[in-house]
Amino acid sequence: MIPASFDYLTADSVEQAIGLLKQHGDEAKLLAGGHSLLPMMKLRLARPNVLIDLRNVAGMRGIKTTARGLEIGALTTHAAVAQSTEVSAYAPLLAEAAAAVGDVQVRHCGTLGGSAAHADAAADEPAALLALEAQFEIAGASGVRTVAARDFFVDMFTTALGPNDVLTAVILPRAFPASAYAKLPHPASHYPVVGAACALAVSGGSIEGARIAITGVGSVPFRATHVEGLLAGIPVHDRKKMESLCAEAARGVEARSDAYAGAEYRVAMADVMAARAVLAAAERAR
Amino acid sequence: MAFTSMMGARVTRREDPRLITGRSTYVDDVKLVGTTYAAFVRSPFAHAKITRIDVSAAKASPGVLAAFTADDMRNVGDVPTAPQIEGLKVPKHPPLARGRVAYAGEPVVAVIAETPAAARDAADLVEVEYEELPAVVDLERAVAGAPYVHDEFGTNIAFTMEINGGDTESAFKNAAVTVSERLLNQRLAPVSIEPRGMVAHWEPGPQHLTLWSSTQIPHLLRTQMAVALGIPEHRVRSIAPEVGGGFGSKLDVYAEEIVAAFASRALDRPVKYVETRSESFMATVHGRDQIDLVEIAADRDGRISGLKVKILANLGAYHQLLTPAIPTLTALMVPGAYDIKNVAVTLHGLFTTEVPTDAYRGAGRPEATYLIERAIDLLAAKLGMDPAEVRRRNLIKKEQFPYASAVGLTYDTGDYHAAFEKALQLAGYDALRKEQEHGRSEGRLLGIGLSSYVEVCGMGPSSALPAPGWGSATVRMEPTGRVTVMTGASPHGQGEETTFAQMVSDRLGVPIDDVVVLHGDSAIVQYGIGTFGSRSTAVDGAALYRALDTVREKAMKIAAHQMEANVGDLEFKNGKIAVKGNPEKAMSIGEVAFAAFRGLNLPPDVEPGLEATRRFEPPNFVYPFGTHVCVVEIERATGAVKVLKYVAVDDCGNIINPMIVEGQIHGGIAQGLSQALYEEIVYDENGQLTNGSLLQYAVPHAGQLPMYELDRTVTPTDVNPMGIKGVGEAGTIGATPAVVNAVVDALAPFGIVNMDMPCKPERVWRVMSGHDGETNEKAAKS
Amino acid sequence: MKRSISVTVNGAKWTGDVEPRTLLVYFLRDTLGLTGTHVGCDTSSCGACTVLLDGQSVKSCTLLAVQADGESVTTIEGIGDAEHLHPVQTAFWEEHGLQCGYCTPGMIVSACDLLQRNPDPSEAEIREALSGNLCRCTGYQNIVKAVQHAAAAMRAPKMERERVGAPAD
Repeated sequence: MIPASFDYLTADSVEQAIGLLKQHGDEAKLLAGGHSLLPMMKLRLARPNVLIDLRNVAGMRGIKTTARGLEIGALTTHAAVAQSTEVSAYAPLLAEAAAAVGDVQVRHCGTLGGSAAHADAAADEPAALLALEAQFEIAGASGVRTVAARDFFVDMFTTALGPNDVLTAVILPRAFPASAYAKLPHPASHYPVVGAACALAVSGGSIEGARIAITGVGSVPFRATHVEGLLAGIPVHDRKKMESLCAEAARGVEARSDAYAGAEYRVAMADVMAARAVLAAAERAR
Repeated sequence: MAFTSMMGARVTRREDPRLITGRSTYVDDVKLVGTTYAAFVRSPFAHAKITRIDVSAAKASPGVLAAFTADDMRNVGDVPTAPQIEGLKVPKHPPLARGRVAYAGEPVVAVIAETPAAARDAADLVEVEYEELPAVVDLERAVAGAPYVHDEFGTNIAFTMEINGGDTESAFKNAAVTVSERLLNQRLAPVSIEPRGMVAHWEPGPQHLTLWSSTQIPHLLRTQMAVALGIPEHRVRSIAPEVGGGFGSKLDVYAEEIVAAFASRALDRPVKYVETRSESFMATVHGRDQIDLVEIAADRDGRISGLKVKILANLGAYHQLLTPAIPTLTALMVPGAYDIKNVAVTLHGLFTTEVPTDAYRGAGRPEATYLIERAIDLLAAKLGMDPAEVRRRNLIKKEQFPYASAVGLTYDTGDYHAAFEKALQLAGYDALRKEQEHGRSEGRLLGIGLSSYVEVCGMGPSSALPAPGWGSATVRMEPTGRVTVMTGASPHGQGEETTFAQMVSDRLGVPIDDVVVLHGDSAIVQYGIGTFGSRSTAVDGAALYRALDTVREKAMKIAAHQMEANVGDLEFKNGKIAVKGNPEKAMSIGEVAFAAFRGLNLPPDVEPGLEATRRFEPPNFVYPFGTHVCVVEIERATGAVKVLKYVAVDDCGNIINPMIVEGQIHGGIAQGLSQALYEEIVYDENGQLTNGSLLQYAVPHAGQLPMYELDRTVTPTDVNPMGIKGVGEAGTIGATPAVVNAVVDALAPFGIVNMDMPCKPERVWRVMSGHDGETNEKAAKS
Repeated sequence: MKRSISVTVNGAKWTGDVEPRTLLVYFLRDTLGLTGTHVGCDTSSCGACTVLLDGQSVKSCTLLAVQADGESVTTIEGIGDAEHLHPVQTAFWEEHGLQCGYCTPGMIVSACDLLQRNPDPSEAEIREALSGNLCRCTGYQNIVKAVQHAAAAMRAPKMERERVGAPAD
């Protein structure tokens, strides 16, 4: 319950944060909402010697529309994302995924950026960001770069963030009003046993391109490319057809197994959740 | 609101003002100057020899006062266990492991430091070396032979109990139909939201030990701790402060409590220990954990002629306070609410390298009700009969009370059919079956489950228990006419500060706000047995009733003398003792109390004061009963079970406060339902707890439980003068089989007749998809 | 190395040094003596530690005290007391929404947070909003009723609401 001792620093700017990361090396961890990191520290599964709190860094919170798309500061809380009218219009999938995280109290503290950087294999927002083809704005020692979602989530608890990088914003380049999230929650942890995020590009009443991302099944959220391919060209009102095509969503993925749910079940539920997300997204296109 | 009578009144609780404002004192809120803190080093292995312990680094760590091992506690007694079952094997159970560990989580070293953080940091520096031994986790292998948890016994069977009533051999030989099944009653964790804790304060000056423990049994704890520590009992004070739930898990004496008290005496400093939740999963007793082989015999009309049950009960590695007694309660209740003349039970209590089991809401009776209620449904399925009708034909009839069961208990009073029919009517059973039929034609998986239970509680006759079972109460009228009650009950949510005040108000006629009910402090309250086993009202309430009788009697004598009347000419009503037919000539109870205090003009054979201490030795247990009806729908795609409706008709005899009774039933149903659908403690083959955290062990939240529709019948007991039975555990006992029966009923189209708890989505999904091709096709099409 | 922080708790400003690893819940309980906020788990699951941070419900066991620097915290002690009960507290009392009381402060704070965001929640919304607060005693039915009762009381015209304090009985 009591974390091991550590030094606590607050960064006043992104540059300072990067400097502090460089200075302290792998003894240091960044602190955003703390709702992925602190639970691990309380169980002494993580013991950083230095925490660098980003809470005072300006410009890392908030949702705004820019030339790049909809930009969400990395320190924006799950609750703020869930309640944002802009997000709900632009990409309801993300609002739904944010609203599905944990519980009310967790959503008031945990952040979009923190959750993405933590990269739990069973996490709601990463799946949504993958389906929405989000871009991750990362500030590092040598400047700012953006990384596409498909390159950002590398493995369990592993992202494209380097040791001295700070994730500053998540950018949604394209609006997907026909998008939705479906989740089979773990009854104790509220984590997704399986979650499916679907964003549809629709044209002339048919699916031009489907993006379906699954979380909870593999060691990292993945796109169900097989299903995406099958859905191309299908009319959004043909519910039966769309549902029947949501099969083998986890094709080619080595599925996880734990005390609560086995691999076979997760694979089957990937299809079920994918279908739900696709149908709900299609509903928004009509 | 003016209640016409305090009995049966929905009085809001006297406990609540301090609780809703966060201004009470739970054990972690007890703050003494100079408090030190204990952190424990626990075994990571299920079974091992301890080959080396090195506490030197821990002792040198900042803020550390001591690091104790079993060697330091050689003169301290073992963790106590009460039951004395014939032939019971009792392993030595020192508070800190000596030479070996028998479950993962067993405490090995206690570090005492100036702050909790310092204690935890130092505990991380303790080095313990182990030589692993084989884990024992499988009950069917454990009963068969080696490896043994305790080599000295040459067996894992701690005890065997056999009960034979009637002639099951003939019954089964002559039966038209028999059904058998292997039922699992999975291990659970009680998870009261307040974890366990203790503050032990040894004062070297007065040579006195004060204990604050989040306990259900403050007086029993005091006695046991005095014995274990070798401190004279009269120099120990035991206090249960506000206790945040127990459910049986705090009806115990724990190693950490003994260690904290020992440490306090060794260091002349107060020592506080509060377990973390993760610790709790491996340091606080678990519940249930049985494999039950049931065989039931009946005629073609569903009349049950015989019942055979073989119970394998997982006791865990050691005996905590009541561990082996719990499954004996299962054995005694296997026939349930049914008139079964021929019953044979064999019970083996088994050691495993797991956390000890002990009382958890229902404590042995949920297991019995589960097995008989599932057996009824299995029988109904085999006969193609409505499970309601099978129950109807076999429930004990009201004319049969008091009912002597085939296993040797006498059920006090009951009208099982009345509660049964009321429940079916309230649920709209016939309409539900029609709805189910219609739903099935549309491919919906609807299930209706029944549970008709009776349970044994109001623990209990001292001769039938491993510890005393009497109740105690003191009623003291103060000079100003207020009333102080001291009850031997130790409530932790059950509301006796309110209900007992209601009883006093009713019988002495004083306003309820003039009554205070004290409990949980051995320096204030006469010896009490504590709160557990649904006994507080039935047993300690009965003692209170007697004490009120004595006070009334004495008050009448004093009033008679002072009014120069005969006692026989007086009546005591609404707080006044008046001459019958002459209401002007009266004394209020307050005036009598003052007179008793003042000591003037008292009857020559009456001492001053108006106070009584009485005890109640229950002549029998009490047997609440009822019927629950549960309706579920299974989501075909995921296997998720949704409870659509939950109806409960329960009979606990007379009721003091219906609001509190309903609350107990709500909470009880929640826990019973949760066993059916959500909770299970899972050990792997190495004796490692795989899901010992609230991230994995699913204690339900509000979104996972339904509304409960309650009603009642009232069949008073004759075991106590108030006619009140216990109710704290009844909801749990009735609920689990109602839910599982509903799930199995929902799966009937697949030809399923049984599945194990908890009915998690994946389990249900597997059961559905693992079946024959035809039903799979049907499933795929819908 | 200790850090100096300044936190406003229940309207009163506190300034002093804390160890960085001190959790907000222990700061409130041990440093400020506000023991109404409880600890029930170590995995951010049970919600017994719920307080308001800048008006929003948070689990104080999953925050460091240093993260509350410059912020304002409301604990159960700041929600109401015996002389001035908050309508949510009164409702829990009237509806028997508690038994052992251990989860109750956190539950009440969460209910306050819900009602300030959603003054007329449905049963489903109430249950969902309280899904981060575990209760082992009540089975939640009377908690739901208490929140519905409080919601109605708080929506009632002001004159009716002046009746605070002990419930009539």
